[in-house]
Amino acid sequence: MTATATALNVNKQTARQLFARKRMINLGLPVLVAFYLGYIFFAFDVPGLLARADSENARTLVADSYSYKTHVTRDNRSGDISVAIEGERKGSYPDGTAPAWVTLAPETGGDTRIDLGTGHLVTLGADNFVAFDIPGYGRITAQPSRARGVNATFPDGPLPDWINASKNRLAVTTDAGRLSVTRNQTQVFKYALGWELFFFTLDSPYHGLPVSEVAARAVSGEAAAIWAEFWNNKMWRHADVAWALFETVLMAFLGTMGAAIVALPMAFMAARNFAPFVALRFAVRRVFDFFRGVDALIWTIILSRAFGPGPLTGALAILITDTGTFGKLFSEALENVDGKQIEGIQSTGAKPLQRYRFGVIPQITPVLLSQVLYYLESNTRSATIIGAITGGGIGLLLTQAMITQKDWEEVTYYISLVILMVMAMDSLSGWLRGKLIGSREDQH
Amino acid sequence: MTDATLDDATLTTAQIRRAYLAQTRRKRSYGAILMGVFVVLMVAGFHTADQRNAGGFWSGLHRFFDFPGEVLGEAAQKLADMPAHLATYAPALLETINIAAASTLIGALLAAVLSLLSTRGMARWPRLVPVFRRCMDIMRAVPEIVIALVLIFVLGGGPVPAMIAIAIHTAGALGKQFSEVNENASLKPLEGLESVGATWAQRMWLGVLPQVSPNWFSYGLMRFEINIRASAILGFVGAGGIGYELRNAISWGKGKYDEAAAIFFMLFVTIVIVDQISAKMRQQLTHGRQTKEQGQ
Repeated sequence: MTATATALNVNKQTARQLFARKRMINLGLPVLVAFYLGYIFFAFDVPGLLARADSENARTLVADSYSYKTHVTRDNRSGDISVAIEGERKGSYPDGTAPAWVTLAPETGGDTRIDLGTGHLVTLGADNFVAFDIPGYGRITAQPSRARGVNATFPDGPLPDWINASKNRLAVTTDAGRLSVTRNQTQVFKYALGWELFFFTLDSPYHGLPVSEVAARAVSGEAAAIWAEFWNNKMWRHADVAWALFETVLMAFLGTMGAAIVALPMAFMAARNFAPFVALRFAVRRVFDFFRGVDALIWTIILSRAFGPGPLTGALAILITDTGTFGKLFSEALENVDGKQIEGIQSTGAKPLQRYRFGVIPQITPVLLSQVLYYLESNTRSATIIGAITGGGIGLLLTQAMITQKDWEEVTYYISLVILMVMAMDSLSGWLRGKLIGSREDQH
Repeated sequence: MTDATLDDATLTTAQIRRAYLAQTRRKRSYGAILMGVFVVLMVAGFHTADQRNAGGFWSGLHRFFDFPGEVLGEAAQKLADMPAHLATYAPALLETINIAAASTLIGALLAAVLSLLSTRGMARWPRLVPVFRRCMDIMRAVPEIVIALVLIFVLGGGPVPAMIAIAIHTAGALGKQFSEVNENASLKPLEGLESVGATWAQRMWLGVLPQVSPNWFSYGLMRFEINIRASAILGFVGAGGIGYELRNAISWGKGKYDEAAAIFFMLFVTIVIVDQISAKMRQQLTHGRQTKEQGQ
């Protein structure tokens, strides 16, 4: 009787201790996490970062991602006026032509009038004179000259903060558009929604035609020409972008499949139940560890020194890193193989190679395929990143567009394409997995 | 039923044998065609990649060991400086590890909420399950570098853009794995808790978390391994940490290769150590669970 009572007491004691420990963990873990995040907050200097963050940059980025701007530029030395979308030569209007909101000098008889909408009107007069009429504020004028600066005049009262004026520079930012005057040139920027010239550039015969008209012409035999105009669009370079996407997928495909092909025979040498000698198994395992430990970043650097930038370098970097990963995964799968099937094959007098082919491969194929397909999707993402480092594929285009810090609509376009590409690869690998090894989900 | 057995019975062994062989032949020929297509794709792919590369494979192959050789050679010459370099770059390494740890933590917290919201039977708003799933898909699909570069433009260089970028990807990737774990959890504790009037948060905290936490933890550790590598790579494009130092040392060229070697070495050792520790911990987690299951 007393014996059971003491046993019960001991049980109770241990149960209490267990509860106490669980409670400690329940309370302690969140506190620990909060403490660490607090440390990170100050270690990474988040307050300083927020103070330094450039909200102007963020605004341009967001505005540019869904709109485009048209530059109207006057060269103050020659007096020539040019109109160009995004200020690029590829988006220039031919001389003597302009969008409807710009009235060029020949039509008005002297001045060039730029209607920015909602009553905002810029007038480019003779002798480099500029006037900007802003509803609710008044008229700003400037008379830039090489000797005396921009010579700006404003309505009475203090300058609002959307005007930035100094001796040699005047910048006016309104919701309708921007005016910038320096001694050398006068520029007017007008924003409009959309990605202009996405389909056809200005010099294309199909620019500005309604969709129905283009469709009608396509049906009447111009389809190839229309496609060529679109595909070779100088502004958006659809052909180059498509090729870059293909290159990225190619890197991922070659890297993943190549790694699987190299890793499979090595995995046999690294699996406990197949390795001929312990020393060999140990050595191969260390090789796998080395390949994985030297990260894809370092492999990329080393390879790009030998082979230069391009898709091959990226593919080889993925190949080498994933050989290590696959080697480890495959050898683990091989160690879990059921020996009875191999014995059965052996009893029919099969040679070693036949034993592997018919006794082992069918067992590990599902695991293998599911791993390889999973990595194919994950490597599409890696290939984008590696492409940004070595210079290949969509990663390169993306970094190039970002470095200029002005083509944010192109950046948005590339980002959307990358996301779509990765999601497509994800669906493809899921679909293939279903087709090849039945509908069972991830095996790992 | 009887008809079917009669039919089977009337089949002669020769017929069965013929049908079987035909099936095998067809299977083999499918396999061979698939293999052929695969080989053609690989060869053509490597050929295309080789053509598009700045330097060819065969012309560059003999130069493969040149760069590592130079780096190691210089490091060997200045071996005495090595401890000093290791000390110099220790803070940068710590920053890289911190980026990985913080982003894993933040990503995992986000993933936990997202996964609970997108698992049937646990979701707070069952109608919104597909929405949260799609959200996770998109977060998973965005390569870290994209978000990092955009944030570097807005916030300036430093560890925070990298941390946010990795955290977003982590939230998507872990969210999917977490919700797979959730699907295997029993819903009975939830019903019990609901019957005594527990709120959604209480039900999740007391009913689901104890069931799923070992697996979540295991996936989180695996993600930490991946994120260490990601944070080193993002450093290379300007997000601070050891990757940034590595780029500086390499772009300097000869003369700083000993520093590059020190960074290579530190990165390698860190990755191997983290891999080993996390593998040990994960094994313990799954092993511990197994013994508990056996005990029940």
